[in-house]
Amino acid sequence: MKRGSFWSWLWVAIGGLYFFLPLLSTFDFSLRAKKGILTFVAYENIFKDPQFWSTIRFSLVIALFTVFFSILLVVPTVYWIRLRLPQLRMLVEFISMLSYVIPAIVLVFGLIRVFSGSPFYLTNSYFGTYVLLVAAYVVLTLPFSFRAIDTGMSAIDVRSLTEAAQSLGAGWGTILFRVIFPNLKVAILSSVFLTLATVIGEYTMASFIIGLKSFGPYMSLVGQNKTYESSSITIISFLMTWALMMVIQLFNRTKANNGTHSGGR
Amino acid sequence: MLNNDKSTNTTTNGDARNVRPHHSFFSDWIGVAPFFIFTLFFIVLPSVGLVSRAFQDNAGNFTLQNFANLFTREILSSYWISIRISFTTAVAGGLLGFLMAYAITVGKLPAGGRSVILTFSGVASNFAGVPLAFAFVATMGRTGMITVLLKNVFHINIYNMGFNLYSFLGLSLTYTFFQFPLMILVITPALDGLKTDWREAAENLGASQGTYLRKVMLPILTPSILGGMILLFGNSFGAYATAYSLTGGFLNLITIMVGAQIKGDVLYNPGLGYALAVGMVIVMLIMMIFYYLLRQRSERWLRK
Repeated sequence: MKRGSFWSWLWVAIGGLYFFLPLLSTFDFSLRAKKGILTFVAYENIFKDPQFWSTIRFSLVIALFTVFFSILLVVPTVYWIRLRLPQLRMLVEFISMLSYVIPAIVLVFGLIRVFSGSPFYLTNSYFGTYVLLVAAYVVLTLPFSFRAIDTGMSAIDVRSLTEAAQSLGAGWGTILFRVIFPNLKVAILSSVFLTLATVIGEYTMASFIIGLKSFGPYMSLVGQNKTYESSSITIISFLMTWALMMVIQLFNRTKANNGTHSGGR
Repeated sequence: MLNNDKSTNTTTNGDARNVRPHHSFFSDWIGVAPFFIFTLFFIVLPSVGLVSRAFQDNAGNFTLQNFANLFTREILSSYWISIRISFTTAVAGGLLGFLMAYAITVGKLPAGGRSVILTFSGVASNFAGVPLAFAFVATMGRTGMITVLLKNVFHINIYNMGFNLYSFLGLSLTYTFFQFPLMILVITPALDGLKTDWREAAENLGASQGTYLRKVMLPILTPSILGGMILLFGNSFGAYATAYSLTGGFLNLITIMVGAQIKGDVLYNPGLGYALAVGMVIVMLIMMIFYYLLRQRSERWLRK
């Protein structure tokens, strides 16, 4: 047993170093904006930059719209296939998983080519590009939002809840929003925060559809122009990801850690 | 006339048949219609758009020439380097992730270690893209902490030894940062599914720990491990942001080529650009078919 324990510790230590060394190096570098002393000036510069605040606000709003529409799309669909159309389950799951097969860069290529032309012309107006970006993010996050909601839904007895609500005279709206949604709170919230973590710093789709208005491309711009600030913004972005993941962990404390990943970027 | 209509409607609504939940074809499908309409527009339409354009020449006539044009040295080499990086990081990240997951499940680690490692895996597997590239520049770039540390303390200059962060090896090291945590997340449920009965049965039959590992555990876990590695492969095959912010355009990955094609017609042949993207999806589809075959095999054992 002692031997097993030694190897266990060794692999965990290697993984731990792999995880912490880049963060430590980045943090160290971010403090060296002035020669000879450690300083937080690289952080101050980021926080003083109005573009930091405007891009993060923009990406947060886009992320909230993504969350809103993806919940509104996925929850009723999963509910309905469990209640009425179980034969569609495979098809809906397959469609939801498609964004694993279609890499983000390919999807954004297709979206831009299709929706920039007639009859849509979505890229001709700001509003159109926002619509396109939110839709792209809903697709991007569909694999894990579907899986989270589906897992959550399998834990509750959808049919009995529905029949009980119906026998008390509830309509479909009441059933969905006052019976099903509250029962799925944990699943919905963990999918919400994973969506936020994925979308806020997203670069690939944002850079082609929106450009510098959003946070991912802004980080990239900082990296091109400023040496120390590229490190401080990395730490800031890491802390945001970490905070969002901690929130998910709080919700999921009792459950197995499933589906907390969003796919390659 | 109008009044008459209304009154007939009220009577039909009062019919017992209609008061009870009536499952018509229409009412069944209306519930899933938003999902299918949305995915039709934002998944199917863009995919069909790319595929159909890949089969057209500049005048819009059907052609297979775009796919034939993929077989040039430059394009094949960019597929090849993407496949090599994905393969390398899937195997390396997959092994490290599996060993760590093994340590926190079967191996004897304190109970708190498990949830800490799973949390960090969630963070690290999502910490990809632009900031990850910056972090690795600060770590292993020319003035990165590790580079400087090796130079000053051990007098090893890795850049004189041919290391370059903006190369195959550098990008592989960077990708592995989000690859092995993903493997931990994917493989831990499979390790949790190993039943203690199996180990006890093997021990009762006189199997040593090594025999149990070789003859029982590995055969059961192999499909899950390979399946996890395929997911990792796809994860890095489609990665664009990390590579682009790390290397700019130095490394001719297939995602970088597609990205350049979105910005402008760098291949001087739009049809070729579409074929390039469709080729990526074909690689991913082949991988996913393997994944599903393996998953079916592994689920047979993990059924409760």
